[in-house]
Amino acid sequence: MMASGVRVAAAVGVLAALLLAPFAIYPVFLMKALCFALFASAFNLLIGYVGLLSFGHAAFFGFSAYVAGHAAKVWGWPPEAALLAATLVAAVMGVVFGALAIRRQGIYFAMVTLALAQMIFFLSLQAGFTGGEDGIQAIPRGVLLGVFDLGKPLVMYYFVLAVFLLGFLIIWRTINSPFGSVLKAIRENEPRAVSLGYRVDRYKLLAFVLSATLSGLAGGMKALVFQLASLTDVHWHASGEVVLMTLLGGLGTVLGPAVGAVLIVGIQNYLAALGAWVTIVQGVVFVVVVLLFRRGIVGELLARRRKGV
Amino acid sequence: MFELIGVPPQALFGQLLLGLINGAFYAVLSLGLALIFGLLNIINFTHGAQYMMGAFAAWLLLNLAGLGYWPALLLAPVIVGLTGVLIERFLLKRLRGLDPLYGLLLTFGLALIVEGAFRQVYGVSGLAYPVPPSLAGGVNLGFMFLPLYRGWVVLASIVACLVTWAVIERTRLGATLRAATENPALVQAFGVNVPRLVTLTYGFGVALAAFAGVLAAPIYSVHPLMGANLIIVVFAVVVIGGMGSILGSVLTGFGLGVVEGLTKVFWPEASNTVIFVIMAIVLLIKPAGLFGRAT
Amino acid sequence: MWRPSLAVAAILLAGAAQAQQQPAKISDEVVKLGILNDQSGTYADLAGPGSVAAARMAVEDFGGTVLGKPIQVVFADHQNKPDVGSSIVNRWIDVEQVDAVIDVPTSSVALAVQEITRNKNRVHLNSTGGTSDLTGKACSPTAVHWTYDTYALANGTGTAMVKAGGDSWFFLTADYAFGHALEQDTANAVKKAGGTVVGAVRHPFPNNDFSSFLLQAQASGAKVIGLANAGADTINAIKQAREFGVVQAGQQLAGLLVFLSDVHALGLDTTQGLTLTTGWYWDRDERSREWAKRFAERMNGRMPTMVQAGVYSAITHYLNAIKAAGTDEAKTVVAQMKKMPVNDFFAQNGKIREDGRMVHDMFLVQVKKPEESKGPWDYYKVVRTIPGDEAFRPMNQGNCPLVQQAEAQPAPR
Repeated sequence: MMASGVRVAAAVGVLAALLLAPFAIYPVFLMKALCFALFASAFNLLIGYVGLLSFGHAAFFGFSAYVAGHAAKVWGWPPEAALLAATLVAAVMGVVFGALAIRRQGIYFAMVTLALAQMIFFLSLQAGFTGGEDGIQAIPRGVLLGVFDLGKPLVMYYFVLAVFLLGFLIIWRTINSPFGSVLKAIRENEPRAVSLGYRVDRYKLLAFVLSATLSGLAGGMKALVFQLASLTDVHWHASGEVVLMTLLGGLGTVLGPAVGAVLIVGIQNYLAALGAWVTIVQGVVFVVVVLLFRRGIVGELLARRRKGV
Repeated sequence: MFELIGVPPQALFGQLLLGLINGAFYAVLSLGLALIFGLLNIINFTHGAQYMMGAFAAWLLLNLAGLGYWPALLLAPVIVGLTGVLIERFLLKRLRGLDPLYGLLLTFGLALIVEGAFRQVYGVSGLAYPVPPSLAGGVNLGFMFLPLYRGWVVLASIVACLVTWAVIERTRLGATLRAATENPALVQAFGVNVPRLVTLTYGFGVALAAFAGVLAAPIYSVHPLMGANLIIVVFAVVVIGGMGSILGSVLTGFGLGVVEGLTKVFWPEASNTVIFVIMAIVLLIKPAGLFGRAT
Repeated sequence: MWRPSLAVAAILLAGAAQAQQQPAKISDEVVKLGILNDQSGTYADLAGPGSVAAARMAVEDFGGTVLGKPIQVVFADHQNKPDVGSSIVNRWIDVEQVDAVIDVPTSSVALAVQEITRNKNRVHLNSTGGTSDLTGKACSPTAVHWTYDTYALANGTGTAMVKAGGDSWFFLTADYAFGHALEQDTANAVKKAGGTVVGAVRHPFPNNDFSSFLLQAQASGAKVIGLANAGADTINAIKQAREFGVVQAGQQLAGLLVFLSDVHALGLDTTQGLTLTTGWYWDRDERSREWAKRFAERMNGRMPTMVQAGVYSAITHYLNAIKAAGTDEAKTVVAQMKKMPVNDFFAQNGKIREDGRMVHDMFLVQVKKPEESKGPWDYYKVVRTIPGDEAFRPMNQGNCPLVQQAEAQPAPR
């Protein structure tokens, strides 16, 4: 166990590093990493704490990007309103998907979410407002709350950081609440949770919706960062990527998914010139993690510390 | 001549037949998935990549070894099936006893590697594979021109499915297999080498995917990503059918092919999504799938 | 603690930005060309490594320097993902001093690059991107669209085929914005030339099996089946049309977006008789053959596609414009490019319009029968030369903001 003082110091250190990072590292890269870190953390809420593997989270992430883009560009909404709309749409989608998917478990759950997400992909491809293959381009970042001009990279970075921290805080609070304890109980032993009188399906659905909602927030934010929304983010590859990030960082650890996201975004960044190698490397990482360290990087570190101390 | 919602009945016959042809691919692929799932309890995400490997194996046999379609139809599944045996022996085996989700993730990673590697080597323009001369041309059925090769695809798929079914339901080997699915420990105790049975089953399921790939090669272009989207549709087929029965997955495959074919006539824009919509409806009414046992 | 450092950094950044705006002949002492395309995906054979080779050839042939400063070529793979492409281009411009972004297939990425290069004042020379929006509502004073666009292909093929007797059309259209636009442009050209459109079927995208749609096309009795789709969809449609005996039964196929690399992949046996429009063909005259041969030597015998030739041509013209203008400042150079006619192995008397469209002759070609082909890569016979002014969309119909004020007259028709 870490002493709480050390914890606070560590948190302050990480926060300071995040605040100073854009002076050392290219801000667009950082913002992309933060978007995916939030996405992976939201995803982890489901796999890590309820034990449900969704293979369709790209639907929430990608479709919300379209919603944010459309609201900001066509309706001229300010960024905060566009993000809110994106988040709400993701929540509604989460309710529908969740209600269908939690009827099955385990592998079936994964396949059902994948198939549902594929529907959203085709919808995004055909619907007029998404711009099909062209996507929504030149989305204005706008002026936050009428004060902060997000067109400036640094202002945008701090806004993204703030949203990320907010989302992260919500996830952290959820995990450490009584609600989170029930989720963990369901993951460990579902029949027991049922016999204790918990309405398991409701808890699962609620977790699913929360996860979808925050994924939508991350997707909407990404649309503002890159000023575009495209099919990439609704494609099932994106669903696979978020699984990979979470797995690499550590399923069911608080910081793991964020660490995994930064690593994967970094790999993509540095292998960009190598084309198909990006896919191959991602595949290799998958196989290696599954075979050799299923706890992920952060999970492995935690386990070692527990053993060591 | 009367028309059915604006479509003459002849045209409808033609479309039904075409639907059956597509259904043949769904049937063979979902059969392989169901077999693997039955014994290994994992969903083989590499299935689409292995279907692609089957088509590529046929292409390579033709272009490197000069072996035509008929030898390829036999050899390609064997070769790809052997790679499946290796995958099971050296990778999947290590996941025994773990949450089956890890098997899904491992095979997903393998699919990425295989598809990436083929993309790197062969590009993505697709390669041409000729229809075998003995099946070139077609017959005029009155309501449509049916290429002989398409007729062959349906026939070959039905035979493959029936043989698989007969082996599992009617032979001693099949009986052992079914028993091992129910209770591996007990079967092991009776002196059956269950791990070897598992390996062979995986290899056979993979070979079925490769068989479908060879069948597909002359129709579609041989392409590194040819199985990538198909596998998701097949997953939906499997969810609809439930994976409890061999015959169930075959029937669902053919049936959904026909439904999809009809959608292409009446509402072509929706033909990509119709299977997913059916899946959602089936989940609402019968969560275990049409032929599935409740889990 | 962090506030002062933030302020200091902000000042530094602002200073750097100002320093960059100082008029310099050649910024950063180097002219850097960034080839952004798809190195391994759908468009890799069409543009991909071949475009990089074409760019290197252009730089070598130019002598490796301009105004005494070295010319460098860098390249990256955007994987057909606009966010990946936009990250790369932002980094290229902000960190690596790239002056021009070149090639850029996939309309979503091309449009994203158009925005970035416009905002950051860098040159965008697009050769492989198809969307006519690049010179329409998304036009930019720092961009040139070089080789072709979907309007020119649709218009060229539609008009020419009606004139050749193919006056009734049925479309197989990929059901998304791009397919719809392709169908619309072609249908307009067909009707204008006196033909009729008897029907269309919207197929899902991507789609493997076209048999059902081909049967519907066959039943329509149209003389021409227009393929308003691209890439693997077109390839599968052509392959299966052959299988179902569509062409043998007397209907003609018109490819609205087909490239030499597609024909190569499918083989002449399958594609024979297909009619299409191309911006350039290697076996057209002495100069194009000579260049193509040099290209093929570098590319394991692969002949260049029109867009790879376009990359070479565009870069050469760009470097000449830098020389003539005496600077590499984006707006000035592109303005200079617009002043100079394009005369090389790629285009004769090509000119760049105000909206950024490089207007040059296009060619209606038909794919040869296997027995007509004299050797590898001998695929097309040129049926008709389409004069540039006829091929491309008139400038006043594109809604390009750069020309709207100048041409206030209403569009004809």
